[in-house]
Amino acid sequence: MGGPEVERLIGLLAKLPGLGPRSARRAALRLLQHPEARMLPLAAALAEAARAVRPCGHCGNLDSRDPCSICADGQRDRSVVCVVEGVGDLWALERAHVHRGLYHVLGGTLSALAGTRPEDLNLAPLLARVGAGGVAEVILALGATVDGATTAHWLTERIKPFGVVVSRVAQGMPIGGALDVLDDGTLAAALRARRPF
Amino acid sequence: MEWDAPAIILDVRPFGEGDAIATVMTEAHGAHRGLARGGASRGRAATWQPGNLAQLRWVGRLADQLGSFSAELIHPAAALAMDDPLQLAMLSAACAVAEGALPEREAHPRVFDGLLHLIARLPAGPGMLAGQVRWEALVLADLGYGLDLSACPVTGATEGLVHVSPKSGRALTAAGAGKWAPRMLPLPAFLLGAGAGDPVQWRDGLRLTGHFLARDVFGLRHMALPLARQALYDRVARMTETESDA
Repeated sequence: MGGPEVERLIGLLAKLPGLGPRSARRAALRLLQHPEARMLPLAAALAEAARAVRPCGHCGNLDSRDPCSICADGQRDRSVVCVVEGVGDLWALERAHVHRGLYHVLGGTLSALAGTRPEDLNLAPLLARVGAGGVAEVILALGATVDGATTAHWLTERIKPFGVVVSRVAQGMPIGGALDVLDDGTLAAALRARRPF
Repeated sequence: MEWDAPAIILDVRPFGEGDAIATVMTEAHGAHRGLARGGASRGRAATWQPGNLAQLRWVGRLADQLGSFSAELIHPAAALAMDDPLQLAMLSAACAVAEGALPEREAHPRVFDGLLHLIARLPAGPGMLAGQVRWEALVLADLGYGLDLSACPVTGATEGLVHVSPKSGRALTAAGAGKWAPRMLPLPAFLLGAGAGDPVQWRDGLRLTGHFLARDVFGLRHMALPLARQALYDRVARMTETESDA
């Protein structure tokens, strides 16, 4: 169609989440039509990010600094650590400005069915952080899935002996949600997690 | 080709961005794989959790194709078990054993009914561990590797059976086991219909069925016992340690 270079570009773009072959072709065409304005700055930004961004040695967040900007922020509450599955979850909580403590990114969840063992995840550094002292609460912000719950129980059993409070994000009614459209599992969780009003 | 039946979701693996390859079990079709469109998406992931019971519809152009599933949730067993680590471990172990042990598209109605009852009674607590061991013994029997707990082959006695031979799967009395007793697997009394057992018996029961599942079912395919099943045994073994410490 446009030579092997174009085909390779489309092939690489099609591997990105949210893009299939058709949308990758459209993106490639847009880039190729304006190489100075779009393609070269994008290529430079990609190269720079690939060179500079690394996982934080403390929490696993992706940043160009190590420790990352969150771990290095002196204004944060260092006694509260929020545990998340992936960097995307960390970004979501940061976007919402709802957590002023530190984070720990596990890099996935334990999965007996998929064969993900504790040693496959960033679990040991979290236990070391808690064991080193200074942490008063660990918030488990993991997915409401069988694997997420299995990971939460595994962590709870190992963190509680340190005398640290372990809490979990609530499950149930979404803001703006209506009861009649919720699935049975969410309804059951919402009723179980009810609180005095 | 299509069918519509109540099914237990055994395993769900992400496929592409929002889809999943699911393994389910129905009474008439046994363990069955298919593509769950949107099964890993935000809207449908709640339905496609292992352990859930759903009304399932499978459609494929030909009978031997993977085909695709659509599901309507009937009983959210996964969500109900998530708060309790033991219930969650039991549910995960049962799903992993059924998914790994049963051949695809071969009906095992007794195993399906047993799993259905097990999942429905999970909220009853640790007492259901006896039910889980009985269900695993049923899986072994349905696959042709049943335990023979009727009489001791050495003495002929039908009472006082306390061991199971790890080789033949037959029950033995203490006298029948003789000097080989230390090499025998303990036979929990609840498997002979005596009570619901205690943590030591549940651990012994899981060890017993685990041995034969590992050797005869998973071992023949060069596979280890599923991680979830090993995790359940470890959890119950810790229960016995806690009890002995107390």
